[in-house]
Amino acid sequence: MKIKDIKRAVIIGSGGLKIGQAGEFDYSGSQAIKALKEEKIYTILINPNIATVQTDNDMADRVYFQPLNVDTVTKILEKERPDAVLLSFGGQTALNLGLKLYDLGVFKRLGIRVLGTPVDVIKTTEDRDLFKISLSQIDIKTARSIATESLAGAIKAADKIGYPIMLRSGFSLGGLGSGRIDNRDQLKTRVREVLKAVPQVLIEEYLMGWKEIEYEVVRDVLGNTITVCNMENFDPMGIHTGESIVVAPSQTLTNEEYHRLREVAIKTINHLGIIGECNIQYALNPVDGDYRVIEVNARLSRSSALASKATGYPLAFVATKLMLEKPLHELRNAVTGKTSAFYEPAMDYIAIKMPRWDLAKLKASDHNIGSEMKSVGEVMALGRSFPEALQKAVRMLNIGAKGLSDHPYTFPDPRKEIYPATDRRLYAIYDAMRSGVSLNKIHDLSKIDMWFLFQLQKILNTENLLKKSELNDSILKLAKQNGFSDYVIGKLTKSTEQKIRAKRLSANIVPAFKQIDTLAGEFDAETNYLYATYHGDTNDIKPLKKNATIILGSGPYAIGSSVEFDWSAVNTGKTLQKNGFKTIMVNSNPETVSTDFDRSDRLYFEELSLERVQDIADFEQPKGIVVSVGGQVANNLALPLGKLNYKILGTHPRDIDRAEDRQKFSSMLNKLGIDQPAWEEVSSLAKAKKFANKVKYPILIRPSYVLSGGAMNVVTGEKELEEYLSEATRLSPNHPVVMSQFITNAKELEIDGVAQDGNMIIYAISEHIENAGVHSGDATVVYPAQDLYLATVRQAKKITKQVIKSLNITGPFNIQFIAKNNELKVIECNVRASRSFPFVSKVSGHNFIEIATEAMLGKKNFKTYQTLELDHVAVKNPQFSYNRLKGADPVAGVEMASTGEVACIGVDLAEAFYNSWLATDQIIKSKNVFISLSDDQKHRFLEVIKPLSTAGWNIYTTSGTHAFLKNNKIKSIKLYKVSENKKPSVASAIEGKKIDLIINVPTNGEEKSKDGFAIRRLAVDNHIPLLSNAETGKLLLKCLTDPDLINLEPKHWQEYVKY
Amino acid sequence: MQGNRSSGSDFFNILDSKIFLSDGVSFDGFVPDYQTTGMIGEVVFNTGMTGYTESLTDPSYSGQILVFTYPMIGNYGVDKSTMESDKIQVNGVIVDTCEQDWSHNKSTMSFISWLKEQNIPIIFGVDTRALTKHLRTRGTMVGSIGKSKSDLSKVISETKFVTIDKPIQYKSNGQKKVILIDCGSKENIVRSLRELPITLKRVPHNYDFTKEEYDGIFISNGPGNPEDYNLAIANIKTAIKGSKSVFGICLGSQLLALASGAKTYKMQYGNRGHNQPCIEIETGRCYITSQNHGYAVDHKSLSKDWKVIFKNLNDNSVEGLAHKTKPFYAVQFHPEACPGPTDTSFLFERFYKSL
Repeated sequence: MKIKDIKRAVIIGSGGLKIGQAGEFDYSGSQAIKALKEEKIYTILINPNIATVQTDNDMADRVYFQPLNVDTVTKILEKERPDAVLLSFGGQTALNLGLKLYDLGVFKRLGIRVLGTPVDVIKTTEDRDLFKISLSQIDIKTARSIATESLAGAIKAADKIGYPIMLRSGFSLGGLGSGRIDNRDQLKTRVREVLKAVPQVLIEEYLMGWKEIEYEVVRDVLGNTITVCNMENFDPMGIHTGESIVVAPSQTLTNEEYHRLREVAIKTINHLGIIGECNIQYALNPVDGDYRVIEVNARLSRSSALASKATGYPLAFVATKLMLEKPLHELRNAVTGKTSAFYEPAMDYIAIKMPRWDLAKLKASDHNIGSEMKSVGEVMALGRSFPEALQKAVRMLNIGAKGLSDHPYTFPDPRKEIYPATDRRLYAIYDAMRSGVSLNKIHDLSKIDMWFLFQLQKILNTENLLKKSELNDSILKLAKQNGFSDYVIGKLTKSTEQKIRAKRLSANIVPAFKQIDTLAGEFDAETNYLYATYHGDTNDIKPLKKNATIILGSGPYAIGSSVEFDWSAVNTGKTLQKNGFKTIMVNSNPETVSTDFDRSDRLYFEELSLERVQDIADFEQPKGIVVSVGGQVANNLALPLGKLNYKILGTHPRDIDRAEDRQKFSSMLNKLGIDQPAWEEVSSLAKAKKFANKVKYPILIRPSYVLSGGAMNVVTGEKELEEYLSEATRLSPNHPVVMSQFITNAKELEIDGVAQDGNMIIYAISEHIENAGVHSGDATVVYPAQDLYLATVRQAKKITKQVIKSLNITGPFNIQFIAKNNELKVIECNVRASRSFPFVSKVSGHNFIEIATEAMLGKKNFKTYQTLELDHVAVKNPQFSYNRLKGADPVAGVEMASTGEVACIGVDLAEAFYNSWLATDQIIKSKNVFISLSDDQKHRFLEVIKPLSTAGWNIYTTSGTHAFLKNNKIKSIKLYKVSENKKPSVASAIEGKKIDLIINVPTNGEEKSKDGFAIRRLAVDNHIPLLSNAETGKLLLKCLTDPDLINLEPKHWQEYVKY
Repeated sequence: MQGNRSSGSDFFNILDSKIFLSDGVSFDGFVPDYQTTGMIGEVVFNTGMTGYTESLTDPSYSGQILVFTYPMIGNYGVDKSTMESDKIQVNGVIVDTCEQDWSHNKSTMSFISWLKEQNIPIIFGVDTRALTKHLRTRGTMVGSIGKSKSDLSKVISETKFVTIDKPIQYKSNGQKKVILIDCGSKENIVRSLRELPITLKRVPHNYDFTKEEYDGIFISNGPGNPEDYNLAIANIKTAIKGSKSVFGICLGSQLLALASGAKTYKMQYGNRGHNQPCIEIETGRCYITSQNHGYAVDHKSLSKDWKVIFKNLNDNSVEGLAHKTKPFYAVQFHPEACPGPTDTSFLFERFYKSL
């Protein structure tokens, strides 16, 4: 088919957010949809990630919230009969799926054209052996490496290259299974492990300590090629680029090196024949300038999202147009509007990306970072000097650091964090420098280029200057230029944040707001893309003032704060604009749609700190600030901003505080006569023990003011209580600990809604499939609720109305309940948009954020919404990334651990649940299930195991469950526990690929047994679907024998929901 | 691992200073206290993100004050082997942050020590973006640096010629004889030509080569107004009466245009950077080019025997011209790069083939 005849195209999305594949694909997919629609191509999107902007009703023409597997996608393609498919906007998930479909001949059979880079080229870039051969044809150097599919081959290859070697896995995202190998024994262990997940491993020349550089390359069908941006890793080779601090443009490369690598990039990409966008990664020897090409990613990537935000060049949009065979030079530069898209951005600022880890929340996983990705999100800071941008980035991470010197960690020996590197390496380096360790020593340990260390030294010198000198205007200005926040300056000079601010304003030391114009000022650009710097005297822009509204975005993706808040921020902006307001977006996360500069009237790529929001608000003089759509980070600014008399739109900050402050909220509930689990705020161990003895174990413990249950845990006895308290208090020293009664065997439900002046406008009741005790972010959520008594629903509504009245809420809210024996207790109320807002909006067909925004604007006469009874059911399932986190126990608990979520709609609960579970990357290959149950669960599972056996499933068990099933006349195959040290064991069966599904339910509240943990880890490490919760486990087993679920016809969203 | 780097413990104190422009506008900055000389010159900006050593030694900047729009200059120190001529050519340097601490294995000294060694004034801590935007809107103008405003009205920016004293005959690499007219040639033009299998003779810009035997003429880049190069233009005029190959770069393209009877004009603020997009008219192929020029060839003044072969995708200015039938070509950009992208280095090979 000719390109010009393409009328219908399918885009394959990336599914739930996981480590190595986060929100950046919402950005790239959204731009692709925009570009296709501009060409009047009917666009069909397949993506079960319901919280994304790309799945909004004004984006693609059709959206399939369906699992991204071969079966489902083939059916969709058969049904839709598109002319073309785009594989490069859904990360490695879409690319791998596309390659499978191609190999199965699906595209050929259906006459579907793959747009952009041809599939054989993609294969060349994905298969390291083919890649090496291809590049050697044009004398481009790659790391010496040998691909092999067997252990014996790996041993031979390693001997040939010589230890240490680098082990990599073919066809993976985020470097899964990669690492340094020092000897043969290590090699054996690791290769066995990796070959379980992928068919091929690579044994490579070890390049640790070389500079790591990447270029983003764009090429059109005519062969016109540019490099949009280059980037240099602060952390040299050895640390995955997703785990590295990255700076754009490169800082330590000479002109010769910069342009030599650029030339290699263009030569390589032309040789391969990429059409669209790709990135190329290099190792550069710091001693002699020699280089190796590490890899080419023939698709949009995390790096391309970063490059796009760092330069203002809309890579995904341009890539889509190039895939439609538009010549690059005929496209316009979207920023200037008048110059050509065939150009290379000149930056007059720098961009620093910093990864956000959440390893503390994912207990039992170690803190080392290396060639595998563990970070869950990232921030990008813009500035005109390295110290300025770096300290901004540190603050943007929301880890409790208001600057490099203000981090919350203590290091007995910082050198142990520097090598081997941990997620806290940057702070350890700074502390080491402060304690007098020489820069040379730090360089020797870390191999970080001295230039970067000199920059850190500048920050330290400034800190010392602040400590020992009288604070005059020139020192204050220097400190600001080196990125110090007012708070930290206050702390170092024994003053306060607001006093420093006042001093600063009186000396007229204020940030200048500069534009990102892609051409370093060379052409006049009406760009609205802005950042703040103290290296500047004049602003590029004038205040918007009239009708301007500031929206605070979500900041970095982290566990508990994900793409849903970006969706909320984007939809808020859209609604404000629709109502005649100008929008000013503030956000720091390069993986978002809200930071696309064409989504708002002004975009400040900035910190979500009190200081910076004040700076922006003082300058722009807005009508108001929206704090309730960016998640907890934005929400936490409500009270301080309110106290300083900034106008907050929606619920009054005082009332937000009454919901956030546990004490205030609790006494409000008491006054209203609403029940809640018993709780107490304690500051000593003695008091904690006293409370525990009063309400009885298990007890839930958490610091106050948390999102996603940070440092939350359940303790079952006094010993655990003692252990846990020391950890929790260390994690959050400024907040006391809250203990509450942990209610078992209860249901959990939630109400998401919108109110105005304390009156409810719309609400949605959803329920968790798991019993209470699983964090709401890790729970499987059903909407509309299917299993609640009418009386419970009535009671929940009544309580909700009382609470929102009492808090006088205007805007979004979310209330969580525990239901036991038809009695409801309120767990918490968030006076902000919640994680489930996009879910309930897209399932009910009513955009809750749009309604919330209009409520905040004071719109009257809302209609009545029907949200309780729908003709369909939707289930939202958490997406976990346990395979990235060695040693973490994959059991959902009170501490949130999921990195993303997906949701599917069906005609009933079973269909919706089954599909959404499959959509979290689950495949059951054959009918072999291993079931291991705690005693209290055995009876409950009987009804679902029986039909399974009848349907021809092989059931594997260990002794207890085996005996139980035998007594109930169900045949099962007995395996020995790992601890029994006999074969056939659970381990040998799993490793021998005899098991296709694992149900392992630990005893609720009891200490987790070593055997159970071993089974769960084996499941994750061997990529076998695992359910460790009784309720979801039961439901899934039921689905497996449900005749209605065989041969499901995938339906698109618009078939269920009419907007 | 990395041998050369330096924590440049400050060897000077800083003093407040200003840049004064001829339109009366001034910008704040700092100068090192050892700096006794002021600077006066035409203030121009370059948007390249690397290559400060190459840029400052590019003779085309002779007499100008160069503003770097990239905010941190000096990161990788100075490797003198990358100089594009034997000295720094600019009259002065304007930057935001001058990085004293540098790191690179091939470098031997810091950026600011190099400037000090060559007695070239610098002003730093300047809002270079504001200054650049000012020059963009008001046009390139004369400026000075110092504590007080100097009289800029009398300063006329006249061409400061940079050339060699007498012809240089390089060791022969091949049969074909090429004459390089050195109007301030960057070293990399000489290097690129010497890599070709030719015999190269490099001559001063006013040297009369017309009586000599040659297979091709190569006209280099250089500073100033092309109209000031009377002798060179006259010689090229003679040359293009014949049909031996002629190739010009930057100023060289302007001189070829003038020799052909076309006109040049002064641009408002010129094109200086490493990201200038050009399209080759005939093939439709696009290239990113390195540029440094304040004058350009007037498209409309080209006679009917000549054609435009490259044009700028941003402002449509002439980026290359050629004779319709004879082997005379020229490009406004720098195929020799250094600094900047190497996309068009094939033009040297093309020149060789035309000999």
